[in-house]
Amino acid sequence: MRAAIETALTTLFVPGQNDRVVPPATFTAHLTAFTSVVMAFLSVFALSLSLATGRLAHRWSQELAQTSTIRISAPSDQIELQIQAVEYVLSTTPGVRSAHVLTEQEQRQLLEPWFGSDLPLDGLPFPRLVEVVEERRGIDADGLRQRLAAEAPGAILDDHTRWRRPLVQAADRVRGLGIVSLLLIVAATAAMITLAAQAALAANSRVIGVLRLIGAQDTYIARAFVRRLTLRTLAGATVGTAGGMAAVALLPEMDAAGSFLTGLGFQGWHWAWPLLVPPVAALTAFVATRSAALRMLKGY
Amino acid sequence: MIGLENVSYGYGGSELLSDVSLHLGPGSFHFLTGPSGSGKTTFLKLCYAELIATAGVVRLFDRDAGTMSRDDIARVRRRVGMVHQDCQFLDHLSLRDNIALPLQVAGRDITQEAQNLDDLIAWVGLTGRSKALPAELSGGERQRAALARAVIMAPDVILADEPTGNIDWEMSLRLLRLLTELNKTGKTILIATHDLNLIRTAKNEVPVRVLRIRNRRLQLAGTEL
Repeated sequence: MRAAIETALTTLFVPGQNDRVVPPATFTAHLTAFTSVVMAFLSVFALSLSLATGRLAHRWSQELAQTSTIRISAPSDQIELQIQAVEYVLSTTPGVRSAHVLTEQEQRQLLEPWFGSDLPLDGLPFPRLVEVVEERRGIDADGLRQRLAAEAPGAILDDHTRWRRPLVQAADRVRGLGIVSLLLIVAATAAMITLAAQAALAANSRVIGVLRLIGAQDTYIARAFVRRLTLRTLAGATVGTAGGMAAVALLPEMDAAGSFLTGLGFQGWHWAWPLLVPPVAALTAFVATRSAALRMLKGY
Repeated sequence: MIGLENVSYGYGGSELLSDVSLHLGPGSFHFLTGPSGSGKTTFLKLCYAELIATAGVVRLFDRDAGTMSRDDIARVRRRVGMVHQDCQFLDHLSLRDNIALPLQVAGRDITQEAQNLDDLIAWVGLTGRSKALPAELSGGERQRAALARAVIMAPDVILADEPTGNIDWEMSLRLLRLLTELNKTGKTILIATHDLNLIRTAKNEVPVRVLRIRNRRLQLAGTEL
């Protein structure tokens, strides 16, 4: 393994005499560089999308997962009794960090965005709400529901699962889509570089023939092509990555509401992730070119 | 060095060479004649494993060419200098770089071989043309450069396929002189040619054996040569 890595590094970074046996830049070489620029640019966007949706899924799952709401609906002469019963149940429920019964004023503020501030709520039979903040380990929602049913029949626990699950699923799927996109980009890059390598080898069939006739081994010939195409891919991917990072940096910052479309950029150490794109592209080119070259050379 | 034992070679259903046997011993000088299309080039290709015999055994330095790996064949070719009629140069490299190519391929350091390289270029009379590209060379210069490339690795055997095919008589003699000089140093030489004058001239300078391919078979040429 170590020998293989040393061989690969030597092939790439130690200029050899075999560098010059391949004629200077050809059309396929320029095409390889252009392809690398485009693929790296797209990779940075796919990475950005994947990381942003990952953050979103994490935020939704974490924030909503730590809270629950208990809704108490009861005749006005029983409502206070049921609130007390709920408070008692919550105080003896493992995993509950705090419970807060929303005041009528707080509930009014919650409804204001929909009904306005001048709506007469006093005569309406609105349920009372209890906001429950859970400890990190969470609560046994089914157990709590059973106890509430026994102690306060008008209380209904909403642990937000109904809301949270589809949001987290959607975010997870978008993240998965981003990862699949990245894999597809890597595969497409490998395919294009393989084609470019085959085209370069075919265009230089005479060179290969001459080299074989004077005693060149396949690895010697392959190395000349591998080094050239790999370094070209590395250079192209570096340019594409720099362009992609610049474009992502120009995206709007995430606003206070945490809108998805304004939170697509990289954050914090996530800016390091795109730096992996050039070496991964170069590694892909190295493997693709070497295997294509050694396969084709068997025909000479 | 190179031996063919009952070798046949066919392609596409037709046999080009049939039951050919020959041993090229150290220091020997052979000419191979025959009309165009008789199989001279095929014979030479069998001698450096560019083609593999369809029957019989070709031994290159005591190894069966038919069972050698691609890397082994590459290594054997470094011990066989080959001069093609069309020279087979890399067009983007200078004459000097083309001549040095076998050294590069063998992993030798060109800078340490600089003096040998210059001496060799001078020996074939191409000093001053080192930086010229192959396209800028005359036919004779190309052939002499091809010979220089063939001997740069100090091979045991030198094969030449119609080396004088594209050059004038004076240049042919010059090339022949270089080849006979090599033979006198102990190199084994095999030249495929249909130039009978060249063979007669060579006979006056070194002991040669003349072989002829006729009806797909190899035979010793008669005294008319």
